[in-house]
Amino acid sequence: MKIKDLRLLLWGVAMTLGVSPAVDAADGKLIATAGLIQVEGSGGGGIVPWATLAGYDTQEQTSASAGVTQVNLRDYRLTTYAAAVSFYDRIEVGVAQQRFDLKSLGGEIKQDIFSAKYRVYGDVIYTSLPQISVGVQHKRLKDEAIANLLGASDTTGTDFFVAATKVHLGAIAGYNAIWNVTARATKANEMGLLGFGGADNDDYELMLEASVGMLLSRNIAVGMEYRTKPDNLGLGESHWRDYFISYIPTKQFNVTLAWADLGKIAGAPEQRGLYVSLSGQLW
Amino acid sequence: MKVVLTAILFLVLQGCASHNLTVYEQLGGRSKVTEIVDNFITQIEYDEVMFAYFEDSNITRFKEKMVEHICVITGGGCTYSGDSMERVHTGMNIPERDFNHAVDLLIAAMNDAQVPHRLQNKVLATMAPSRSEIIYR
Ligand code: HEM
Repeated sequence: MKIKDLRLLLWGVAMTLGVSPAVDAADGKLIATAGLIQVEGSGGGGIVPWATLAGYDTQEQTSASAGVTQVNLRDYRLTTYAAAVSFYDRIEVGVAQQRFDLKSLGGEIKQDIFSAKYRVYGDVIYTSLPQISVGVQHKRLKDEAIANLLGASDTTGTDFFVAATKVHLGAIAGYNAIWNVTARATKANEMGLLGFGGADNDDYELMLEASVGMLLSRNIAVGMEYRTKPDNLGLGESHWRDYFISYIPTKQFNVTLAWADLGKIAGAPEQRGLYVSLSGQLW
Repeated sequence: MKVVLTAILFLVLQGCASHNLTVYEQLGGRSKVTEIVDNFITQIEYDEVMFAYFEDSNITRFKEKMVEHICVITGGGCTYSGDSMERVHTGMNIPERDFNHAVDLLIAAMNDAQVPHRLQNKVLATMAPSRSEIIYR
């Protein structure tokens, strides 16, 4: 582990543990039914935004969460710093900064993401139909050179998504099962890190994303995720997948490890590696 | 991938094997349910939020009706002699957070009664549908 990674990890742990668990912290949901922040700063999931909000707030609570995620690939390293506030289990607002380190080429691409999510219907556990939310992720590239070089049409873009998430209590031989399906309208190339639109396509396209998981105990979840992506730049952009294990010891803190297979990125194939994410609830 | 699928298949099949037994029987019947309810009442007594709701309640009655209720919903075939979920909880205006908190305490009660994780989930699944008859009334 490099010094930089270590610093990041320590920062994450300090940030999430150091914040003394406030007495009136939002705790209204059942453990492991909230609390994770995905790679673009929305409540998730790892690579997929879910219908669940980032925090443990219920209808009479608010919550704030923060997290850091790092995906270390062969030629790249992606780091996301994210913070999200949820209000009354209804609305989530998030900000995130992605730093995409071009390990083999040198350089870094930064992108800011402002996101919002609105829970339209349901409760992930208690309604017979899934919980359904709609969301947006507005993305602004801060380093535009590479996007322009590759022929992207824009350096800002907005994704719109609808997500459905459901927990089935005791469904798999007594283990709780969870699934999520997200449909996203997007023009983003590699989430926006390589800009939006391009020579091959400049229109919004509908992409499907899905997650399935199983809770092995109250504190451990395992599962996998899949995310389809457009190929606007004609670089053979890949669909993404990951296999994850999350440890959720308390409602204030969780850590996820995953094996992520992100395929071909900007022409460089076989981008696979370890995904590490720490998030914590501040209140 | 194959390993994961095989594991899930195994679990599902194994789940089928215990299907003939009701959740009530898997728990171990009346004595275990009584133990869970006793533990639950202890949890409530030590919990400020929950205790406030039960301050004026007849705990002997609550215990008796709760044991019956769990017996009925877990397939134990008892007769429930209490009031409907809707009727009992109307006027309490129980918010979602307190409902979920009660579930946390029930899980603790089942932990104390050594109910295995997977069986706990089956018990919770039998209770989940009644939430809408209990909250915000
Ligand atoms: C799935 C969840 C629940 C189930 C299955 C359940 C079941 C019951 C049962 C069977 C009774 C006895 C009924 C009777 O005396 O005729 C009862 C009474 C009561 N419940 Fe619940 N309950 C649930 C959730 C809650 C929650 C979340 C609260 C409060 C936060 C609550 C507060 C009470 C109180 C205070 C009484 C006593 C009422 C009285 O003294 O008349 N219950 N409940």
